[in-house]
Amino acid sequence: MAVIVERRYSTVIHPLHAVLLAGTVPLFLGAALSDAAYASTYEIQWNNFASWLIVGGLAFAGMALVLLIIDLCRADRRAAGIVLYAVALLTTWVVGFFNALMHARDAWASMPTGLVLSAIVVVLACVATWFGFCTPRIGGTK
Amino acid sequence: MKRFRLLAIAGLSLVLSACGGNPEPLQYGPNPQLPQPHRGLLPNMTIAEPAEWGDQRPTVPQGYAIRAIATDMKIPRQTLLLPNGDILVAEGRGGGAPNLKPKDVIAGHIKAKGTSPVGGGNRLTLLRDADGDGVYEVRTVFAENLNAPYGLALVDGNLYVANQDALVRFEYRDGETQASSPPVTIADLPSAINHHWTKALAASADGQFLFVGIGSNSNITERGMTAEVDRAMVWRVDARTGAHKPYATGMRNPTALAIQPGTDQLWDVVNERDEIGPNLVPDYLTAVREGGFYGWPYSYWGQNVDTRVRPQDPDKVASAITPDYSLGSHVATLGVAFSTPTMGQKFAEGVFVGEHGSWNRADPVGYKVVFVPFRDGRPTGAPVDFVSGFRGSDGKTRGRPVGVTVDLRGALIVADDLSNTIWRVTPDPKP
Repeated sequence: MAVIVERRYSTVIHPLHAVLLAGTVPLFLGAALSDAAYASTYEIQWNNFASWLIVGGLAFAGMALVLLIIDLCRADRRAAGIVLYAVALLTTWVVGFFNALMHARDAWASMPTGLVLSAIVVVLACVATWFGFCTPRIGGTK
Repeated sequence: MKRFRLLAIAGLSLVLSACGGNPEPLQYGPNPQLPQPHRGLLPNMTIAEPAEWGDQRPTVPQGYAIRAIATDMKIPRQTLLLPNGDILVAEGRGGGAPNLKPKDVIAGHIKAKGTSPVGGGNRLTLLRDADGDGVYEVRTVFAENLNAPYGLALVDGNLYVANQDALVRFEYRDGETQASSPPVTIADLPSAINHHWTKALAASADGQFLFVGIGSNSNITERGMTAEVDRAMVWRVDARTGAHKPYATGMRNPTALAIQPGTDQLWDVVNERDEIGPNLVPDYLTAVREGGFYGWPYSYWGQNVDTRVRPQDPDKVASAITPDYSLGSHVATLGVAFSTPTMGQKFAEGVFVGEHGSWNRADPVGYKVVFVPFRDGRPTGAPVDFVSGFRGSDGKTRGRPVGVTVDLRGALIVADDLSNTIWRVTPDPKP
């Protein structure tokens, strides 16, 4: 008895895109935790750590944005839901950038706004990563 | 002047724009107007755009003349008049504090555009005008291989030099053009990090003590509180033993010291903190009170609390002294010298102050030498421009004044570390 299976390949997010996107979460999370440590200890080194972790998060998110734009340009990968992902990632980057400027203030001048922004950016990065991995990328049928 | 609007993001510009229509507050004298602290998302930055002097010269008051007595120096900072009229020039560039934040990398790159590309000389140069015609025809290297020398003082044949890491002494005999022996270290000076590296120097009238100005290791404690041990203060060092004690504290960057003639009173000019607005915090001239605390980092201009500092210290704030005389925010006072009647009637009593010029202000200030008139030994009235035109009306900057020294024969010596020139201003004999 012959069974005919119509094979429809659902491709996942490209591994490089996945690494960059998922990498934003620990970087921004590290920044937020460093801010929390600075706020509770006044130990300035935590403030320095947070500043660099934010730059790292922005670099990862920025490269993920580039790959996202490439995806948006390719019909076979432009699936329903990708716009939601795009909005989430872009928002993450923009708020993250404002947070980086906030962290360029000297000493306690970056606080407490910096901590609040850092926490918001962590949530945004989680949301962007969630949508980024959920968005189906439909390959062509073979 | 280049305006470094780093990003032209719409909307951001609204946040950035400084409070435009407000009149400039009165910023000089004993009671400067202090607006509320304010900072946009980016600090205001207008960096000097260097240009050659060409045929131009700095502007001096009518009845005065200015000439360059030495050019092609290697970052001249402070000068010292020797008893025979020779001039010693300290040349050097110190510092080298590591970048801690992404901001330090970017800001350091931008600020470097406003300074000379020449390497620091790490030496003392001697200038001599043997025949008194105003041309300094002899130029020798008095001493070299020093470590960013800055403050200079001479007492009874002892020439003291404040390097960025140590106070040293040379023997000096009248007429020498070159040091006859290597320097002897009197005392090590705080030099870890050296964010503000210059070590200002003045000797007490009797020569027993040396006062050393030591700048803070940060703008406002962003390198941590532990980096500020032995910083932002004036030391009094025993010239014989090298023993030191803090003479006055809480002075963010005491960049030049002077003893008031005929007294034992020490005065200094101090560079105050940045990044809380174009009209905060005033750089100042003050008589230094022994044991006094002048606020940094906890408060500014007396007891105005700086909320950027954690942990705060209300007790220290309560003890903070208000300085005597504001010279304006961000002018960057780097030189101070008491005048004498030989400088002319209008400038007979008071101090000359060298102002290196601002970076943290959209509308640049400083870039000139001012005269602060004194009456009965105290500053009074408004500062008067004495040497200006370092920043031209074309927006280009041709020089940046640092140290100022009065030649008792009737001349002001100005070191310029952008054009690497020593200027000499004299009352013009032919009016």
